[in-house]
Amino acid sequence: MILSMAEALGSRAILATRSLGKMGMFLGASLSRAAVPPYRVRNILKQVHFIGVKSVSVIVLTAAFTGMVLALQGFYTLRKFGSEGLLGSAVALSLVRELGPVLSALMVTGRAGSALTAEIGIMRIGEQIDSLETMGIDPIRFLVAPRLLAFLLSVPLLTAIFDVVGIYGGYLVGVKLLGVNAGVYLGQMEASVELVDVTNGIWKSLAFALLIAWVCTFKGYFTRHGAEGVSHATTSAVVVSSVLVLICDYFLTSVLL
Amino acid sequence: MQAGNDGTQAKLDPPAPNGKDWVCKPCSVEPYTGEKREPVLRLIDVEKTLDGKKVLDGVTLEIPRSQITAIIGLSGAGKSLLLKHMIGLMKPDRGLVLLDGVDINRLSREGLYEARKRFGMLFQTGALFDSLTVFENVAFPLREKTDMPERELREKVRRILRHVGLENAEEKFPDELSGGMVRRVALARAVVMDPEIILFDEPTTGLDPIIRNSILHLICRTYHEHHFTMVMISHDLPDIFQWCQHVVVVHDGKVVEVGTPGEIRNSVDPFVRQLVDGDIAGPVQLM
Repeated sequence: MILSMAEALGSRAILATRSLGKMGMFLGASLSRAAVPPYRVRNILKQVHFIGVKSVSVIVLTAAFTGMVLALQGFYTLRKFGSEGLLGSAVALSLVRELGPVLSALMVTGRAGSALTAEIGIMRIGEQIDSLETMGIDPIRFLVAPRLLAFLLSVPLLTAIFDVVGIYGGYLVGVKLLGVNAGVYLGQMEASVELVDVTNGIWKSLAFALLIAWVCTFKGYFTRHGAEGVSHATTSAVVVSSVLVLICDYFLTSVLL
Repeated sequence: MQAGNDGTQAKLDPPAPNGKDWVCKPCSVEPYTGEKREPVLRLIDVEKTLDGKKVLDGVTLEIPRSQITAIIGLSGAGKSLLLKHMIGLMKPDRGLVLLDGVDINRLSREGLYEARKRFGMLFQTGALFDSLTVFENVAFPLREKTDMPERELREKVRRILRHVGLENAEEKFPDELSGGMVRRVALARAVVMDPEIILFDEPTTGLDPIIRNSILHLICRTYHEHHFTMVMISHDLPDIFQWCQHVVVVHDGKVVEVGTPGEIRNSVDPFVRQLVDGDIAGPVQLM
């Protein structure tokens, strides 16, 4: 009984280590292909369009309502302490340091990451990736590297858009709806937000971009077992990426603060 | 010769000079005996285990240069795995895969990609890129692997599409094609780089008899024109014997018999007999 439990535990540990090793090797291969020319500029731009441009509407919508709800909650909380004037800095700091990078990453995972996993997964089960191999075309260079670079370019820009729109959403609710003075809202924001807050947010978004691209391409690339496998890979990619983004956020925050 | 019933006018075989139908059989080429020609590919004692099951068990075989080799056997016998080992898509746990005497599993990644330029492969599903049109699918290897000027590339792709009877389908996407058309596009893509060796993974499975024969005619005509080395996995027994010069019979991950179509047809091995005759009774009991 104890022996079989130990065996099962050991077997799981070996499997987990092997999977981690495989993921690590995949990341190494992807980064090395992405770093070394030739760069597939057209392919990268196509992916930037898909991951970045097509995500703008969902990012704008999410950011606007996030900023608005932050202002709403913040206003009533700050009013208890007579500090409504700090609303601008509360909204801006929350967005720039935390919510902008995290929510942008989660939105991109849901919209583009899942599609990416499904696309690569379908190519795997349809033998299209094998077909690339037989033509002497490196599938990691052809499929993964441009997507990885596109994520690294798009996610920080989407985060910047999220921050700006979120702050404006907070402005609309705080100033136009709840009557906070516009000058105070903007002035407090300008006084409290420092460059390091913005750069830390961008570093986070870069880390999240790498994480999402890594997990989603990996899950798609190693899809097995037909349509059900694609469905499983897509779900798993979204769940694992989202959870890892939140975990990574905690550790990055503790390091960057 | 045949008008395709899959949406496009198929001009598969040009009429023979005497006005009769083109006789498309590869048997005019001398059968491979292993004595006169160096094989282009050799597998030596190849073993592979997947999910704890030995799927290739000491496979040793030779693929003769410039001939059509058919690999036959039951489903799950390891035939597709053999093809994947030949082109280096899978690495054996043990044994050698020699391409003109060079073990492809010892090549660097770049060396392997270079070696694969000598191959074309037609997958069972066609494996066409579903986001590209027929024209773009066929042009894809040329665009990726050569610096061919666009005008020349277009001419070459159109010539090959004409050869497979799909000149009117070049703007279609793979999901708009019938099964037979998909295989013909895949064949066009497999030959567009002028490879020396073409691997076919069940090129006619799931097709009706007319389309199946048109694909086999097309493969055979391509062979007559270019004398590629061809390796074809097939379940079309005994018809496939008309279309090849060399046959390899695989069972349970092992090569059980090798020979000319005539030799395999007249084999006394009980399994080969059962396979060729399609008997329910025999060494393989499925029910």
